[in-house]
Amino acid sequence: MNLLVTIRIALRALRKNKMRAGLTILGVVIGIAAVTAMVSIGQSASSLVQGQFESLGTNILVIFSASHRHGPVHHGQGSIRSLTAGDSEAIADECPAVLATSPIVGTGGQVIYGNTNWRPREMVGVGTDYLIVGNWTLRHGGFFTERDISSSSKVCVIGQTLVAKLFQTTNPLNETIRISNIPFRIIGILEPKGANIVGEDQDNIIMMPHTTVAKRLRRTSFDTVDVILVSARAVDRMPDAQREVRQLLCERHHVAPGQPADFEVQDMTEIADILGVITGTMTLLLSSIAGISLVVGGVGIMNIMLVSVTERTREIGIRMAVGARGGDILRQFLIESILLAMIGGLVGFGLGVAASAGITAVINSLMKSVEWPTVISIPAAVLAIVFSSAVGIAFGFYPAWRASKLDPIEALRYE
Amino acid sequence: MNDDAKPLIQLSDVWKVYNLGEVKVEALRGVCLTIESGEYVALMGPSGSGKSTLMNMLGCLDRPTEGSYLLDGEDATSMSRNGRARLRNRRIGFVFQNFNLLARTSAVENVELPLLYARGVSASQRRHRAVEALKQVGLGDRLHHHPGQLSGGQQQRVAVARALVNDPAILMADEPTGNLDSKTSREVIQLLRTLNEESGITIILVTHDQDIGRHAKRILVLHDGQIVEDTTDFGTALRSLHRDEDHLVVPPPHTPAQGAKRPEGTSKPMG
Repeated sequence: MNLLVTIRIALRALRKNKMRAGLTILGVVIGIAAVTAMVSIGQSASSLVQGQFESLGTNILVIFSASHRHGPVHHGQGSIRSLTAGDSEAIADECPAVLATSPIVGTGGQVIYGNTNWRPREMVGVGTDYLIVGNWTLRHGGFFTERDISSSSKVCVIGQTLVAKLFQTTNPLNETIRISNIPFRIIGILEPKGANIVGEDQDNIIMMPHTTVAKRLRRTSFDTVDVILVSARAVDRMPDAQREVRQLLCERHHVAPGQPADFEVQDMTEIADILGVITGTMTLLLSSIAGISLVVGGVGIMNIMLVSVTERTREIGIRMAVGARGGDILRQFLIESILLAMIGGLVGFGLGVAASAGITAVINSLMKSVEWPTVISIPAAVLAIVFSSAVGIAFGFYPAWRASKLDPIEALRYE
Repeated sequence: MNDDAKPLIQLSDVWKVYNLGEVKVEALRGVCLTIESGEYVALMGPSGSGKSTLMNMLGCLDRPTEGSYLLDGEDATSMSRNGRARLRNRRIGFVFQNFNLLARTSAVENVELPLLYARGVSASQRRHRAVEALKQVGLGDRLHHHPGQLSGGQQQRVAVARALVNDPAILMADEPTGNLDSKTSREVIQLLRTLNEESGITIILVTHDQDIGRHAKRILVLHDGQIVEDTTDFGTALRSLHRDEDHLVVPPPHTPAQGAKRPEGTSKPMG
């Protein structure tokens, strides 16, 4: 008997009992829907994380000063100010795997323009290559030059949030703002970047030459910087870059072999990897919990198929009397349960996609600054169908086998 | 056809013993029987005489405990389940007392059923042959009616069409008129007779109704799992039946006969 005919017979048998078929597949529907939603949300989360890291620049090394220890008391990362702007330049010049570097000097304060004022989230001093390192682009104007750095020029570059807060209609370019009573000329305006991974507004920023921040705002004559950002030439050259940077800084800071270094190098991809592992583990955990309901769904199918075989004993007897072999009967019932499970899988996949779209929509409306992507993956759809068919085979086989082993005479006599 | 031709059905010394735990019930006790192609045979006898068991045996639904059964020269005794399914599919058509049609399935689809399990019959051939078979039993205008929408007689004619659709050598009818009134019974019996006489189909009929048995050309009377009369004369059969019934007054129906219980290991008769 060919497969197409068998499928048609199975579909007809299912249609005769729509209500029951619907309730039977409910378990599989819920199971597949749950797995699909979990995997899809997990994927959104990890692609969000990935996107955030890409916007920051994936090939970034962050160099901190090491923690300072005063007797038994640790003073925390960066408490020794050992890094200098010279280190930053040396790394850029001498490490072949490094593309660009920028020193970072942080500060804070009020920005005043006319009769409005604003306190930016970030007020940083940077080097000439910061745009390359930080993966930023300018919308208007230019960036700091070597001259600006060496002469501690009173110039700045502002993000879109500042543009919106301070300048309603006027063009900010070449306007003068005041910070701590010092006038700064705006020479550049950044492209918007949106929120970062924890929802902070990255456009709420003002940048100045690092020397300007150090000398004019912090009023210090030391050449130290808070952090050096290093950008490697490519993601796969990150280990080289890290090794070269360590070696160079150890030489420059006279760190003897075996001694603890006075700086720390952090690889941003490491953080991305860790976050990836965390989201992956959560997805796996939630999916396996959802998978349990799939097994429950399978047991439901088996149960109903056993009832169905008993109810249709007479039909099986008739089919056997006119020449159906055990294999024909086995196939008929097996295909019925596979179809049940597959239909359940398809419906469940649809519901799962809808659920995950709904959940990401809710997240997006609650966290306006972050855009969670909705991910619908084709492999997940294929997997859902394959998995549900497997459930159909696994739990449909025993009832089908029982049907095929019936004695035709007894089956015909069954009332 | 020459005299040396193999008979259609040849049973030699067939026993059927049902093992019901402690008790062994011998439904058939050494039946020997030869049926030629084109015969119209009625199996008669009181209930519990082994008619249905013999019928199931002949229809390859069951296999004998002992003895041999040759159907058209093929040994049905040693065949596998699948082999017997193939024989049922190609050589035998069944008509049952309670019709045994698939509910909520149209007449023509019911008739197509045996062809679904035959190899190499296309969908269009299936439909064509099913329609032809239904026309043959006079139901050409009821193709798409479901069994529930047909009268008893019509349902039984659908069953006959289903039995015929594979061009079987033998048509087995187990009390085909048991659920029908006397008028439709006559119609069904007339149909069987026509099929036998005009199409040459071998018919084996189980009945306890003397009016039905009367139409057969050969009558076998069973009693206690043995053939006690094999005759072409209905009067002789009738006398044999009634003699059995007279003798059957004494034992209750649950213990068919004293001789039915035999000690283990001697189930095969001597000689």
